[in-house]
Amino acid sequence: MPGPVTSEASLVACNRLAARYPGADAPAISSITFAVERGQRVALLGPNGGGKSTLFRVLTDELAPSSGELEVGVGHPALVPQSERSRLDYPVSALDVALMGSVSRLPWWRRPSRADRQLARESLRRVGLEAEANTTFGELSGGQRQRVLVARALVQDSPLLLLDEPFAGIDAPSAELLAQLFDQLAAEGRGLLMATHDIEQARSWDLVLCCNRVQIAFGDPSQVLTREVIERTYGASLIPLPGDGPLAITPPHHHDHAGEDR
Amino acid sequence: MIEWLLEPLREPVVLRSLLELALLGLIAGTLGCWIVLAGRAYSAESLAHSMLPGLVGAALLGLPLVLGGAIGLAVGASLIALVSRIKVLGSEVAVSVVITSLFGAGVLLGLAPATPAGLNGLLFGDLLAVGFGDIALAAAYAGIVLTVLFVLHEGLLVTGFDRINARAIGRSPAPLDLVLALLLAGATLVAVQALGNLLVVAMLIGPAASARLLTERIGPMMLAAVAIAWAAALAGLYASYHADLAAGAAVTCALVVAFAAALLIRSLRELVTSGSRRRGRGAQSRGLRLRSRRA
Repeated sequence: MPGPVTSEASLVACNRLAARYPGADAPAISSITFAVERGQRVALLGPNGGGKSTLFRVLTDELAPSSGELEVGVGHPALVPQSERSRLDYPVSALDVALMGSVSRLPWWRRPSRADRQLARESLRRVGLEAEANTTFGELSGGQRQRVLVARALVQDSPLLLLDEPFAGIDAPSAELLAQLFDQLAAEGRGLLMATHDIEQARSWDLVLCCNRVQIAFGDPSQVLTREVIERTYGASLIPLPGDGPLAITPPHHHDHAGEDR
Repeated sequence: MIEWLLEPLREPVVLRSLLELALLGLIAGTLGCWIVLAGRAYSAESLAHSMLPGLVGAALLGLPLVLGGAIGLAVGASLIALVSRIKVLGSEVAVSVVITSLFGAGVLLGLAPATPAGLNGLLFGDLLAVGFGDIALAAAYAGIVLTVLFVLHEGLLVTGFDRINARAIGRSPAPLDLVLALLLAGATLVAVQALGNLLVVAMLIGPAASARLLTERIGPMMLAAVAIAWAAALAGLYASYHADLAAGAAVTCALVVAFAAALLIRSLRELVTSGSRRRGRGAQSRGLRLRSRRA
């Protein structure tokens, strides 16, 4: 397993990073040591409440590290939140939501330009929603809404994308399209850090970071994802499938846990 | 018929009122949309009511109403902030306690024999007594509100739509909340002479709430809100002139009629389109799986 990693090419590098919410006794995450380089797809595995969202909050500068080192390279990371938590009653179109990404590149007094609008349309095209640009966000399907939020992150044009369970509860065509898009984005030299519960998907990514309040492991999935590491990552929620097949974990519940690991 | 329409417009008083209401409609229609979308209608009402003691105090001392209102707002806002710190109560209770106390204090003061203007004028305003100073103030404030809302549009949109992640995207909700609160406080002050302490809330919330029922985008929502405010102003003033009703109350009644009409139009529209497409509002509670759109 690689030791503390930092290099010139790192989009983000953490060294023994810990973070604690105000008023909490114990840190929500600690001993986090990993880096994401350009073109790398890094899967972040961990149980609900294991600190995945907390790590994202630290990386997006919403929560200050309580100890350790954090280096964020060029540009602010773009967060793709879970679409299940977005407001459906807001009077905005898919294009409006995608265009919101431009504010991360603009000072507060500047309005998006024609070029930003063009980029928003282009980003919707990349997520296969060109035809839905003028559809109200709340009228889209769950998978389509997730894709709009990915388009918003593309408009932010950040070299590092933080994906919070982008495949949770979305339809198969959306999932397939997003998987292809993430591969393309990595091929373009962007770094991707994706929180997920899908161990099999994590195996197909370049690196995996296992985290259950403390870091369990970081490295190449083929070496890291041993049964022991997965069990330590998920505690007792591991269910062995019959035969020598892959390990499965009990499906996490995605509903009704808003704020639980925030 | 034409005479019926033209006759009121020959009165300078009516024209002045119309101009004042047009400007207030512009302010309330645009600003009200953000208040309604943020779900802050209750705070808006509280803020307006909390300034009553200040208004009465100004009337007693012979000071400008705007000055008294400003002091009243500052006291009300500070008290709400203070009482909100009592954790077991929660902020809604805190707000209710503070505004009912202040409102009650204002009514007591207003019923004192020494108060010259009478409570009526402060609660319901005196639209027909609006002077050019009021109109100039409203015009200047309309300019400020429109400029600020235009410049901050995307920030307000991001923090309204995706409050939890707004900071990660690059806009913090807190400063924008403060700007909205300040604009709102200013609007209640500017409108108090014409509409009074009670009716100002109708102008801020009514047009925007009606417009939300009829539109699915912010831009059209603002245009619709301003149009509804203007239509209600016109209808209210005609009713006031011909039927000899209190002007401010007539305008407020017209706003209520507009809201009922908007509700009816929306219900009819939903009836016609139900089955094929669900509109944004309420989709969440009806269950997302009902939607027939292809992924």
